[in-house]
Amino acid sequence: MLESLIFSLVVGASVGLAAGYLGSIMVLEKMALVGDAMSHVALPGLALGVLLGFNPLFGGFLFLFVSAILIWHVSRVTKLSFETLVGAAFTLALAIGILLFRNLDALEAALFGDIAQVTIVSAGIAVAVSIVVILLTRLIYKNIVIGLISEELAMSKGVSIAKTNLLYLLLVSVTVAIGIQITGTLLVGFLVVTPAAAARIVSGNMSRYLVLSAIFGLVSAVSGILLSGYFSVLPGPLVVISGVAIFIIVLIIRWRKKLES
Amino acid sequence: MVIAIAFLLLKTKPNLINKFAHLNLIRKWLRSLIMESSSDYILKVSNLSVELQNQTILEHVNFKVKRGIALAIVGPNGAGKTVLFRTLLNLIPHTGNIEWASDVKIGYVPQNINVKDVPISVKEFLTYKSGSNIEAALAAVKLEKDFQNKTLRVLSGGQLRRVLIAGALIDNPNVLLFDEPTVGVDVGGEESIFFTLNELKQRRNITMLLITHDIHLVKEYTDELLGLNKCTTFFGDSQQIAEPSLQQRIYGETVCLGET
Repeated sequence: MLESLIFSLVVGASVGLAAGYLGSIMVLEKMALVGDAMSHVALPGLALGVLLGFNPLFGGFLFLFVSAILIWHVSRVTKLSFETLVGAAFTLALAIGILLFRNLDALEAALFGDIAQVTIVSAGIAVAVSIVVILLTRLIYKNIVIGLISEELAMSKGVSIAKTNLLYLLLVSVTVAIGIQITGTLLVGFLVVTPAAAARIVSGNMSRYLVLSAIFGLVSAVSGILLSGYFSVLPGPLVVISGVAIFIIVLIIRWRKKLES
Repeated sequence: MVIAIAFLLLKTKPNLINKFAHLNLIRKWLRSLIMESSSDYILKVSNLSVELQNQTILEHVNFKVKRGIALAIVGPNGAGKTVLFRTLLNLIPHTGNIEWASDVKIGYVPQNINVKDVPISVKEFLTYKSGSNIEAALAAVKLEKDFQNKTLRVLSGGQLRRVLIAGALIDNPNVLLFDEPTVGVDVGGEESIFFTLNELKQRRNITMLLITHDIHLVKEYTDELLGLNKCTTFFGDSQQIAEPSLQQRIYGETVCLGET
């Protein structure tokens, strides 16, 4: 039990860091809710993994990435918003996922996370993936930000918005897939949204915003898991609650500063 | 068309030149046309048409831009001016030809930017490519160097416009596309932006394409004028903007120029 707690702390810390870092962009793009809903699309992939006997996280990642590309493409062709399509896709994915899971325990683990299943291998994978995600995000975030500020400006600087967005979707998919072990598919979206939202309140420049977002992600994941060990409950909800607590603390600090000045 | 006929005439009946002395002039003119065509122009647009969602936005637009000049692009709202810029940046599918010189390096100063939601500092905005000289870029638009730590969204209209110009200059472009330089800038700020632009043009020999509604700007700071209202309504010396008849032509009922 202690071993799996330590491994899950490693997974939580690295995925919290990566998701916070990456999620900051999602909040800027006003895609926060999309990212949140999107994460549920992993469920059928997890089910297939359990059913066919391969690593469920790989199935989850595959489903996330393929559906992200599909939705992105359909939204470009039909001019329907990304939000609308994700709204339709994620309920469908939940439905299919629930049908595919024959074993209720496995379904519960997929929906809510199960740190008892975290091994040294998955901890190692989480650390490696998080490092890669953070490094790649560092490479592309300026391009994404310039694209957000002005599409024409990005084009004139030779930035390919399509390629950048595709890589970004890949990074989100892989991060969410890793995070599912800790929080489950239902709550994993939290990791890319709330830390960034808290960081956004107190940031006047990008580097501070990205770093704070990553730190908030890390702190909420780690404290959530520690608290869950202490109270012997599922970590997912406590990770979310810790993150929201950080958000509220940041809000109060800012509010007090405003009163003082 | 005229050129082709003249050329054919000259080729098939060379003795015509001796008979008609004034044809010599045509020959000279033809030669000068061929000579200057390759290197003197940084941009040639011919027969450019753009259709978006089954609506014609631009139709048979023709113009050429000489190196080092400032070209004003004027026309009523919805004339397709910003679309023309987007097309020149290859953001929009089009028919016809856009021919940039091979050594072209474009800097773009957009009209609308979304900085409200993005916590980005001036420094970060200017350094999305490493190795850029921020202080030099800020100095070129007359901003102090400690300006770089400010957040973009707290800047005034005029300051933001200058930062955007600095952002376009930082890659050392030889062409600057400038969409509505004076929108959101107060009167004093306008004048100093024009001054900065003029200096850049003269000192760095940057070719400028400016979309504007500002007749004063056109008259004082540009060399040539392109009237645009889906099609080309005028192309020539920008000083003519002062003539009411030309303003009527550009902003009034559309009369397209023929294809050149």
